[in-house]
Amino acid sequence: MRALVWIVEDTWEATVAEAVGFLPADAEITLLHVAPQDVETLAAGARHGLLGRPRHHPPPGPPPPAPLREISEEAAAELLAEARSRLGRDARVESRRGRVEHEVVAAAEGADLLVLARDGDRSRLGPHSLGPQARFVVDHAPCQVLLVWPDTPPSVSTAPP
Amino acid sequence: MPEGIALVLALLALAGTLAAAVVHSRWPIEAGAAVAGAVVLVAVGALSVDDARDAIGDLGPTVGFLAALLVLAEGCRREGLFDALGGVLATGARGSPRRLLALVFAVAAAVTAVLSLDATVVLLTPVVFATASRLRTSPRPHVYACSHLANSASLLLPVSNLTNLLAFHTTDLSFTRFAGLMVLPTAAVLAVEWTALSRFFAVDLGRPRRAVAATEQRAALPRFALIVLALTLAGFALSSAVGIAPVWVAAAGAAAISAPALARRATTPLALGLAAEPSFLVFVLGLGVIVRAASDNGLASAAQTLLPSGSALPDLLLIAVLSAVLANLVNNLPATLILVPVAAPGGAAAVLAVLIGVNVGPNLTYVGSLATLLWRRVLHVEDHSVELGEFVRLGALTVPAGLVAGTILLWCSAKVLI
Repeated sequence: MRALVWIVEDTWEATVAEAVGFLPADAEITLLHVAPQDVETLAAGARHGLLGRPRHHPPPGPPPPAPLREISEEAAAELLAEARSRLGRDARVESRRGRVEHEVVAAAEGADLLVLARDGDRSRLGPHSLGPQARFVVDHAPCQVLLVWPDTPPSVSTAPP
Repeated sequence: MPEGIALVLALLALAGTLAAAVVHSRWPIEAGAAVAGAVVLVAVGALSVDDARDAIGDLGPTVGFLAALLVLAEGCRREGLFDALGGVLATGARGSPRRLLALVFAVAAAVTAVLSLDATVVLLTPVVFATASRLRTSPRPHVYACSHLANSASLLLPVSNLTNLLAFHTTDLSFTRFAGLMVLPTAAVLAVEWTALSRFFAVDLGRPRRAVAATEQRAALPRFALIVLALTLAGFALSSAVGIAPVWVAAAGAAAISAPALARRATTPLALGLAAEPSFLVFVLGLGVIVRAASDNGLASAAQTLLPSGSALPDLLLIAVLSAVLANLVNNLPATLILVPVAAPGGAAAVLAVLIGVNVGPNLTYVGSLATLLWRRVLHVEDHSVELGEFVRLGALTVPAGLVAGTILLWCSAKVLI
């Protein structure tokens, strides 16, 4: 069985914990992280909005801020390494960048199971417990899906009548 | 030369300069384009030599002021202020994305107000991005907040934005009076931003967390840089009382933060010169001459017919909205250069309404203006695959509300203070 575990900032620990519980011992596990490209584009775009300022030469002193892409790749690698050590099992890691929900669906091709966390309102059962990204992924996943509540699921009484 | 032809030439020079600036090349082609445009306009007689000299003389003190502020901001970076702010954000957030956003708001507003929007965009944003990533939380709301506040928090002080410096020079407001008139509008715009951003990103901010991320080793805030900044601000506040032009206070601040670094060879005179961004200063001067040519040949009278001359609330609202529109059509620097002289006879409130428009308006797009966005698409310097609908939607939420709220509070402040 090939399982893809989608690692997201904030909810990754719960996702990993549930993956450990549910995945069979012989599952081939891939931990996936997708960096949203638009955030970097936005930060770079704000610089372009500063009219007339040329690109900086590296000045002396502490190193100037690293390019966002570098920061982002480093953070993703660290997060995946931490998730793998928390998993405590052999796992492949995969780092992608782009439109997050599309990249997750593309990465799930050929997998038997996708594990992801709910990313919306966690206080009650219902459609809002999925944010736009998880909603898209659940709707378009080309495989079975294990949908994790990041903490204890709310009681049935919270469901809309 | 007939006025019509001179106006067309001046507008062409302006468009060429903006196009060069939008390409944002490694070489200072925007400064070259601005100077070439200005020289051609004077050579063909669209602007007399005396008028060009007059325009440069007018802008001179503002450009000097800008140079001092740029050196001051670079000094703060060199002393490690921004890395230390990253530590403050990481520790203060105590693992909560919402608390992190509140701290990012506070820090971005303070950095923008004191060190100008350039410092927030160039120096603070990467630190915020890295801090959020290290805390294993989504950087999206925090980077959006930096990007928005770089514009909307730049209303407060004359030093917060080059547009303010340009306008400050034409009013007879003191530094403290300017800040007093703008404090409530800034607060109103920030309240709009907070309401919009914290709801817009509710999903990102409300994600449950099982464990608090490991706390970082907190870098100590550089005390020397903070003392220099505090003294510089105090100097600004006292400048009119003791009769010193604020530009000298800025120069003293720049010298104070640079001298020890020069003495211990942590920087060089050449690096300090580059920190003042000479090509940017030249660009501003060239742009000033080009806009003067356009204004003198009919653009100013056209703007005059559009812009209300009173300072009643409907007048101020219309001024702010028109300024925001023009800032999006031609970017906020040219918009300020065009509109401030036209608004100036209407009084300080009218000039400050222009500033609310040109400072808040650019948040409609992530690159500061629709013009830049379109130019970048046309010139293929923009990655087409990127989805930025989210930013435009957020701008559509905050900009109209910010303009209206800010202008209403400006009108109230002007009732009391002018």
